[in-house]
Amino acid sequence: MSQFDISKLPQGPKGFVHDLGSDQRVFKGVPWGKAMMWIFLLSDTFIFSCFLISLMTARASTVVPWPNASEVFGLTVFGTPVPLLLIAIMTFVLITSSGTMAIAVKFGYEKRRKLCAWFLVATALGGLTFVGMQAFEWSKLIFHDGVRPWYNPFGAHQFGSFFFMVTGFHGTHVSIGVIFLLIFARKTFRGDFDTGRKGYFTSMKSNYEAIEILGLYWHFVDLVWVFIFAFFYLW
Amino acid sequence: MSEEYKDNKIEAKSADSSSGGYAPPAEHIPAKEAPEQELYHAKSFWTKWVFSQDAKVIGVQYALTATAIGLIGLVLSWGMRLQLGFPETFSFLGPATYYQSVTMHGMIMVIYLLTALFLGGFGNYLIPLMVGARDMVFPYVNMVSYWMFLAAVLVLIASFFVPGGPTGAGWTLYPPQAILPGTPGSEYGIVLMLVSLAMFIIGFTMGGLNYVITVLQARTRGMTLMRMPLTVWGIFTATVLALLAFPALFVAAIMMTLDSMLGTSFFMPDIFTMGEKLKTGGGSPILFQHLFWFFGHPEVYIVALPAFGIVSDLISVHARKNIFGYRMMVWAIVIIGALSFIVWAHHMYVSGMNPYFGFFFATTTLIIAVPTAIKVYNWVLTLWRGNIHLTIPMLFSLGFIVTFVNGGITGLFLGNVIIDIPLSDTYFVVAHFHMVMGIAPLMVVFGAIYHWYPLITGRHLNQTLGKIHFWVTFLGAYAIYFPMHYLGFIGVPRRYFEMYDSPYMTSGVGLNQFITVAALIVGFTQILFLYNIFSSVFKGEKSERNPWKANSLEWHTPDYPPTHGNFGKELPVVYRWPYDFSVPGSDKEYIPQNVPPSQVPTAKVEIT
Repeated sequence: MSQFDISKLPQGPKGFVHDLGSDQRVFKGVPWGKAMMWIFLLSDTFIFSCFLISLMTARASTVVPWPNASEVFGLTVFGTPVPLLLIAIMTFVLITSSGTMAIAVKFGYEKRRKLCAWFLVATALGGLTFVGMQAFEWSKLIFHDGVRPWYNPFGAHQFGSFFFMVTGFHGTHVSIGVIFLLIFARKTFRGDFDTGRKGYFTSMKSNYEAIEILGLYWHFVDLVWVFIFAFFYLW
Repeated sequence: MSEEYKDNKIEAKSADSSSGGYAPPAEHIPAKEAPEQELYHAKSFWTKWVFSQDAKVIGVQYALTATAIGLIGLVLSWGMRLQLGFPETFSFLGPATYYQSVTMHGMIMVIYLLTALFLGGFGNYLIPLMVGARDMVFPYVNMVSYWMFLAAVLVLIASFFVPGGPTGAGWTLYPPQAILPGTPGSEYGIVLMLVSLAMFIIGFTMGGLNYVITVLQARTRGMTLMRMPLTVWGIFTATVLALLAFPALFVAAIMMTLDSMLGTSFFMPDIFTMGEKLKTGGGSPILFQHLFWFFGHPEVYIVALPAFGIVSDLISVHARKNIFGYRMMVWAIVIIGALSFIVWAHHMYVSGMNPYFGFFFATTTLIIAVPTAIKVYNWVLTLWRGNIHLTIPMLFSLGFIVTFVNGGITGLFLGNVIIDIPLSDTYFVVAHFHMVMGIAPLMVVFGAIYHWYPLITGRHLNQTLGKIHFWVTFLGAYAIYFPMHYLGFIGVPRRYFEMYDSPYMTSGVGLNQFITVAALIVGFTQILFLYNIFSSVFKGEKSERNPWKANSLEWHTPDYPPTHGNFGKELPVVYRWPYDFSVPGSDKEYIPQNVPPSQVPTAKVEIT
């Protein structure tokens, strides 16, 4: 029986056909967890697409004027109104955290345990900052401007409804990500991924692959934010 | 398989074509690509049988839970039928309860019974065994999936006991009426329904990821995609559909929950009640219909595709013949699945959408008939000159083909806008969808249970009870639904609590009574079937190993019935497709998938 060697597989379109027609795995050399995360993200993409398409429908069909986003989300700094200031910072922080996540994955595969863990912590901090600023934005809209899910003073009521629902749903995604980032940072500090310590719930061996899988999720959440940003704040 | 494939250096299969082209290929066992799966070995009773991470146990748990809630759905239908057939004699059902029964019956049967049974039940039990895996790829997530499903079912049941009772909005839950006073359960019932659906979707996603990745990434050596039993293809494609279609329902459920609880206006147009304008307004009820049916139509195929797959295997095994046009069958499943995403608005012809939309969706709907007809022809051609054993699974498979053709043909009527408009919201529609996605898949469920029961318990179901069960169910289904087509043609509207003495109804009174009696008889026969299932666990005739002489891997495990880890020490190696029945030149009547070519040197098999 020969040894399986992934480097000897055909490349390009031929390789695609070969892999589809072969046994055992369609995605050669891809761990189960990673394939699972990709499929899950595809499903999640459909959820966010449904939200955003619904938003477009509502905006296209409402008879009351849609509020001007750059006014609603503007901040006044030293007496000068700056449109979208907070959102710009939020977006910058979240995209930056995607960078630290990628670095954490790299250090993980290089088995530089401490560095990997610290970058995970940095990513989690980025996520926390983002959620914190979102909470600030929500409270400004609710308490200062009087926007409610069922009402807003700027125009179409659906604006508030969609805003709280979609950013809330995305914020939940970020918060779940932050929780897992912190758990994974602890596991990395403890050396679980080096020793293959068994998971508390799953009793499966830990592996640095897990960090890359979490990374996939984190990049997805960041990417989705770009679309939400475009649809809510720029349109 | 193309010539090029044989010459491929990696998969070096040299066929000696000099001796007539039938010589078996040289034995080639592909290298293992990944280490063995790490398994969780349960020690205690609780972790083995209750909080089990074994896909087989989870499959049985799914099936039992789905059957239990399905039984409630069945009883609800009795109440409806009694009211419709004998409105004066049985007056215990008020109008509100009638609507609640309609709603809960529909939702329970479509989602909590059929979806959960096919994907959660059969999927969990069969996928790992059929593709040669020790278990699902994420056993823990798989376990959580079942408990999430159970919780969703419990929330659904809880809605029967809240003030106002369960929702009575019809299974499509159309807003704004679903959440406005006047509809039963518009306060708490609808919210519990939406929460239960969201929980079901979350639980299903956990299970669905397992099924998809197990099929894609955890097959045994030699198990190519085109050597998988069609059962696995059907369940796999249906799971992919579900993972992409359920998000729309999930989003719709969230938005309607907010409409109901926070007073948002996603789906609420401007409404006047009691002379006053409601605070809500400006939303789009049509948006909900689009979201719902973007889920709802693929849902039909989520139920139908596993049935297609399973029935192909049943027919092939019990007719002792290879499935006709295997590749065509696979592609038909995939194409039906893909098309099912662009036909949803044929449920909305009368919703007032743009007529050009209707034209587009009627066209795509009728295109689906092509791959579907291919499948039906292939089933019939598989039977053609087959060695047909009229076992109970075969009887149910034959019943399925007939019923499915019937339901499919009425689908052509309803798929055309111009015929749909007069038939819309009549009993014709009720008859159509019960035939095509109620009775037809249920026939397959029953056939599959008679087929795989020996694998699960090591005993056969009682054959006499089984024959009674088949004939009463099959003939009874026609007694129920054929008259309903006629009722629809004469214009009897569906979802009406009572018809009174309307002129079109007077000629239908006798028919309605007949339908009710037939429905009660068929319903009680299902109780007989359940009795058969439970009593045969202890009293059933012991089954020998592989009683149907099938080829697929689930019958060829070292332990029978299969135990934890499925395949003992060494995972099987697969050399062929699962349909090598009555192979010319072979002294064996059937050649299981894990028999190497060297053991059947004379068999003139095609290389699969």
